[in-house]
Amino acid sequence: MPKSNVKKMLFILSKATIENVYAAFIMANGARMEGIEAEIFFTFFGLEAIQKKKLEHLHVATVGNPAMHMPTMLGGLPGMEALATKMMKKEMEKLDMPPIGEFLEILSDSGCKLWACKLAVEMFHLEEKDLIDDLDGILTIGDFYSRATEDNTQMLFV
Amino acid sequence: MDNVNLNEEGYLTDFSQWSKEVAEKIAAENEISLTDKHWEVVDFLQKKHNNEEALSIRGIKKSGVINIKEFYDLFPGGPLKISTKIAGIPKPKSCI
Repeated sequence: MPKSNVKKMLFILSKATIENVYAAFIMANGARMEGIEAEIFFTFFGLEAIQKKKLEHLHVATVGNPAMHMPTMLGGLPGMEALATKMMKKEMEKLDMPPIGEFLEILSDSGCKLWACKLAVEMFHLEEKDLIDDLDGILTIGDFYSRATEDNTQMLFV
Repeated sequence: MDNVNLNEEGYLTDFSQWSKEVAEKIAAENEISLTDKHWEVVDFLQKKHNNEEALSIRGIKKSGVINIKEFYDLFPGGPLKISTKIAGIPKPKSCI
């Protein structure tokens, strides 16, 4: 297999649904495992994934998600999201996919930088103590762009 | 390396051809000189492989042999890919 030309991946995670958070985490971890640098910028609802009190309580989106193959009104019934989430977590555990908190530790230990978006932190009235200890800092989007210091850096919005 | 069959990505195709000398040569090609800690990891990976347990970065975290930071330090530039190559076992297929 030829060696990738990608040197660095910058991810912007803006959503808090499990499927989006895992997509970003798996891609970031996958990059590190290939020797590619990786950083994640958590903004808007993506901030839920790095809030100590919320990160283990993320849900699958059952409404407005055609891949759930159920009528939208059913997806809106009480308990539906929790049920779908429970089922998905069970399947993920079978594949040895770590829970969010452990995944963040793995990413941080792997050298993946984790940043919170300053504007979103202010908008949601969050403080640093609300966010995970492994966080590398709170940045503006301009600061995050300046992390693209080398050629062959890619940026991806999730 | 003579008398050793490698696939196109440089992994041994027959573990019986693996030896410490082979491991050292593969390590040198990846600019790594093997220390005691490297050998501990190689031993761990081979045992896992023999027990047909899938290798993943999470497995490294739980290994009790090495933590993830050390793992990246010891095998820079794709630790699981490089360490399995040195250990003479197939490249892990997992995405995590």
